[in-house]
Amino acid sequence: MNVMQNVGIGSAINRVDGLQKVTGQARYAAEHPVPGLVYGVIVSGAVPKGRILALDEAEARAVPGVIEILTHKNRPHIAWFDHSHKDMVAPPGSPFKALYDDRIHFSGQPIALVLAESFEVARHAASLVRASYEVEPHNTDFHKAQAERFMPSKKRDSFQPPKNRGDAGAAYEAAPVKVSADFHLATEHHNPMEMHASTVIWEGDGGITVFDKTQGPQNVRDYLAGVFNMSAKNIRVMNPYVGGAFGSGLRPQYQVYLAVMAARMLRRSVRVVMTRQQMFTHGHRPEALQSVQLGAERDGRLTAIRNSATTSTSRYENNMENVVNWGMMNYACENAAGEYAIAPVDTATSSDMRAPGAATGMTFFEMAVDEMAHAAGIDPLEFRIRNYSEIDQMNGTPFTSKALREAYAEGAAAFGWSRRSQAPRSMKEGRELVGWGVATGMWDAMFSKTSASARLTANGHLEVASAASDIGTGTYTVMAQAAADTLGLPVEQITVRLGDSTLPTAPVEGGSWMAASVGAAVQLACRSVAEKLLKAAEKMENSPLGSASLDEVRFAGGRISLRDDPARGVAIAEIMRAAGMDAIEVQETASGGISGMISQMRKSRNTHSAIFAEVRVDEELGVIRVTRIVNAVAAGRIINPKTARSQILGGVVMGIGMAMHEESMADHRYGRFMNHNYAEYHVPVNADIGDIQVIFVDEPDPEVTPLGVKGVGEIGIVGTAAAVANAIFHATGKRVRSLPITIDKVFDANPLP
Amino acid sequence: MNPFSFTRPTTVPDALRAVVRPGGRFLAGGTNLIDLMKENVERPSALVDINRLGLDAIEDLPGGGLRLGALATNADTARDARVAKRYPLLASAILAGASPQLRNAATNGGNLNQRTRCYYFYDNTTACNKRNPGTGCGAIGGVNRIHAILGASASCIATHPSDMCVALAVLNATIRVTGPQGEREIPFGEYHRLPGDTPQRDNTLHPGELVTAIDLPAEDFSAHHTYLKLRDRLSYAFALVSVAVALRMEGDRIAEARIALGGVAHKPWRVPDAEQALAGQPASAESFARAADLLLRGAQGQGHNDFKIGLAHRAIRRALRQAAAGTPQSQTDKRVA
Amino acid sequence: MPEAVPPAPAAILAAMPITLTINGRERRLSVEPWVTLLDLLREREDLTGTKKGCDHGQCGACTVLVDGRRINSCLKLAVSLDGASITTIEGLADGSRLDPLQQAFMDHDAFQCGYCTPGQICSAKGLLNENQAPTRQEVQELMSGNLCRCGAYTNIVDAIMEVLEARGEARAASAEAAR
Repeated sequence: MNVMQNVGIGSAINRVDGLQKVTGQARYAAEHPVPGLVYGVIVSGAVPKGRILALDEAEARAVPGVIEILTHKNRPHIAWFDHSHKDMVAPPGSPFKALYDDRIHFSGQPIALVLAESFEVARHAASLVRASYEVEPHNTDFHKAQAERFMPSKKRDSFQPPKNRGDAGAAYEAAPVKVSADFHLATEHHNPMEMHASTVIWEGDGGITVFDKTQGPQNVRDYLAGVFNMSAKNIRVMNPYVGGAFGSGLRPQYQVYLAVMAARMLRRSVRVVMTRQQMFTHGHRPEALQSVQLGAERDGRLTAIRNSATTSTSRYENNMENVVNWGMMNYACENAAGEYAIAPVDTATSSDMRAPGAATGMTFFEMAVDEMAHAAGIDPLEFRIRNYSEIDQMNGTPFTSKALREAYAEGAAAFGWSRRSQAPRSMKEGRELVGWGVATGMWDAMFSKTSASARLTANGHLEVASAASDIGTGTYTVMAQAAADTLGLPVEQITVRLGDSTLPTAPVEGGSWMAASVGAAVQLACRSVAEKLLKAAEKMENSPLGSASLDEVRFAGGRISLRDDPARGVAIAEIMRAAGMDAIEVQETASGGISGMISQMRKSRNTHSAIFAEVRVDEELGVIRVTRIVNAVAAGRIINPKTARSQILGGVVMGIGMAMHEESMADHRYGRFMNHNYAEYHVPVNADIGDIQVIFVDEPDPEVTPLGVKGVGEIGIVGTAAAVANAIFHATGKRVRSLPITIDKVFDANPLP
Repeated sequence: MNPFSFTRPTTVPDALRAVVRPGGRFLAGGTNLIDLMKENVERPSALVDINRLGLDAIEDLPGGGLRLGALATNADTARDARVAKRYPLLASAILAGASPQLRNAATNGGNLNQRTRCYYFYDNTTACNKRNPGTGCGAIGGVNRIHAILGASASCIATHPSDMCVALAVLNATIRVTGPQGEREIPFGEYHRLPGDTPQRDNTLHPGELVTAIDLPAEDFSAHHTYLKLRDRLSYAFALVSVAVALRMEGDRIAEARIALGGVAHKPWRVPDAEQALAGQPASAESFARAADLLLRGAQGQGHNDFKIGLAHRAIRRALRQAAAGTPQSQTDKRVA
Repeated sequence: MPEAVPPAPAAILAAMPITLTINGRERRLSVEPWVTLLDLLREREDLTGTKKGCDHGQCGACTVLVDGRRINSCLKLAVSLDGASITTIEGLADGSRLDPLQQAFMDHDAFQCGYCTPGQICSAKGLLNENQAPTRQEVQELMSGNLCRCGAYTNIVDAIMEVLEARGEARAASAEAAR
């Protein structure tokens, strides 16, 4: 079949949902108008642990316009068993159930939902609900929590225990060059621009339609069905537009639970929107401590890797990440040992945030590698190339593809790395020290079973659909391009539907698997349409295409023609007319299949990247500017270079935030994050971002997934913070091993001369 | 946000009468008051909208000074040609603060009266003597990275968050107010106050008084000034430490120096001794360091903010160097001059 | 601050008549004083293009133009704007003809999730109205009141610079360096 280069896979078309977004027509979860809507405002608890002794609602209930106040005392029945509250991606443990009883598990926990006829009345009345508590001893200090470090017996499904090789301890002791470094990552909150919100429409027949901010409408549907003992058929969850999520929307958040509970109780439509402050009361990237010890020969060959990490979780669930594996996979080294555990604090359960595990673990490993290169007196890029591995060192398996070497080369060339002067503090411009750093990024190339439907009507219009989500990732566009590619239609004639739990089954949007998975599903569905068209064409009177197979024809401009004889062809509309078909409708499921599963065991599937960063540091004042980033990415086939580039840009910006800005600061006496707003929890602003160049290196990989696509949602952040931190060392000679690297950690605090 | 009555007087006397009732507050740009009302930190029962009092003019004063209407926006003030030419330090400080949208709404009077960014002040579940007198200070012993190193008390370690006010302190502005007892003028240095044991009071306004204008004296520091702001990201963040400097130079010598610090105290921080020590001195590393020592005399960290002492010292010296050299800090080019 | 004395409950419901011109249409409205312009637009006028990202003036997602100037609509009481002219993202296009900024944002992929986008575009419109003839660096500073968590900043600046250049209003970096 022909590939239409202008719109199909590989072409940099504009985002197909762009018009809706630039005109304000795209409606997000809190923006669907419903007559007679009830507004719910959540009351957040004040203490980190204990019991609610009393709730005084009298004053709140007296406010005209207040309809009801939901608390643990008057809530309707919900499922008792933890099992019924588990969503598809829940970690092991006992999921948080809002308003379940008088127990307080974390500060900011919802303790009541005030329901009123207007938002303003609900907001006011919520401020009048007063609670008294019995406070119990608590701990939110992760350093103290190390005393309770443990490895749970029941592990998260996605957890892969590190596999040790050789004798890392002995090799480390024997190594002539050694580095040992301890790292810390502050808690980060996802803080998507759209706050978590749900609009629940009471349909009157017991059914509900829920517009929710989620990365998985079917996950939310099934969760709600379990919690409220409803038939999934009576729940339709929609998320056609999602204002960012970065992992915070993988699990259903408490506002959807509260909104549905209220709608069922009042038998009315309800909207609940979290405040920005409440965005600091659920999932977050776990706080982390990591220790890396590296041993090397004097020529820079790594001989020992010891990689150990702890990440934070709550007291009621055991969230786990793959933190230590990445460095052990990536480098040629005969002796490697990894060790990982979690430690509980009295906060909400940590959760997946963009490149969970890798963003933390690979960043710190790559900061340690930089320390080793420096200790060995070798250029840090050269050091990485000397220890390059063609295979997955931890699992001993080959990669389906690994163009990291090319990424290093192309990135270095674009950056001008060869002009780097090796010694720290040796590059200066004006008053500023200049530093150049490099790091490696790595993420999984995953595929998840996904279904899609396609419906071609006789007028040449195609609709493709799947219960996938587009959280800014470009899923709409990817689906349109996969369809256009297969059936040779212009995107204007293709409608994409997603973000609806009633559509064909799709996984949650996350892990960078969506483009590869839903792209393949759409392609399969469209191929199935194509085959039906060919069969119909064969039955036509003159049989214009003979008995040509799919591979012998091309689809373009609404026609099918023979590849070898383009003059012989027929319009799709004509075929359908001849066959008396109004529409062709199919549904297909893309799965790895048996051969895929076998291949998965025999080969590793990963994306890689090489990140180069330039910083300029005013050392006296600690002012750091990240002036340039080059991120060279090896991610297989790129469906849309424009939107994929944006994904990498976004990862880089969040990586700069991780390196320099983001930190949720807890007051351990109160057990509470204190900088719970956008003014004091700093994410990068426009002025913080310098030049960013994204390179996609050529990496054909027909094996990794059906389309050869690896996904680009996470890889952009992995290693970016390390490249920045390493550049800061190169500029200043100062190693800061605690992220974020804020002004106080950098400025020259030496006593005056 | 609690319910409140709303009036929109068109004359100053009407506004003064309207605000007298208990819980009455003036509403200007709203960028701080509405924010705090949504946090239930401010709970006025009556809002008196003063945007139609005609106090938004910027006018020349006889003798060469300039009067900034209390209701003129920060943006209009920074962009006013006279301010840009005669008081570039003020324009620079305004442009270092907030965002264009906020500066378009925020007024000069409101800027003076904006309240601290202390996390505890903003969070009703914690102790705060400024918000709820007598409850204690959560920031002492808590998360206090952004807090005061100078002039703090056992009751409060909050800082005043304004950038504009740091420049106004250096410029020896006069605050004109009117109230039930008539009009009066308050020298800028006496407008804001230290927390002491009454941190709930940010300034020396009497109940029911209204700021009507800010007068700038006819002094020309346009050749030697700077506003240097250090913060946790390169824009749209409050100062950890900021320094406003205005110098009058005679050749290589400093004839007169004025320095104020932002982000370090409950008010813009000036130390006459430090300024005196520079008078008649050469613009040198030694004289700058001596001034920094004097400005930071008695500085006390609270733990997380200990770094501010050393950082402020360096910032003061750099700002003096910028001002003496006639190379003020750009608020756009993030390289520190 | 002195404890507030809560007014009688009736005062809560005391809506006030105001007139706003919203996207060129005069609207006579009855609004309680505690309704912000942002909530009025979103919850009562069904103009949900203006976004709520923080509700505290810390993100810029709610940026609209009031009499041509960009402000955070979350921090304005609607009643205090009586008589004003409001332009939201829904009012930028001229029929089906997009504002050049809207087209440039699409062409430069200057957004991902799209949630901050209306605020970014209105803010950029306000920037253009300010007639500052800015350089790229100045555009970055002057757009720093609009957070974008998807990290589209460089594309946003590219889009704005393209529109500025088309209007002959961009200043080159060299001019900036000379200042």
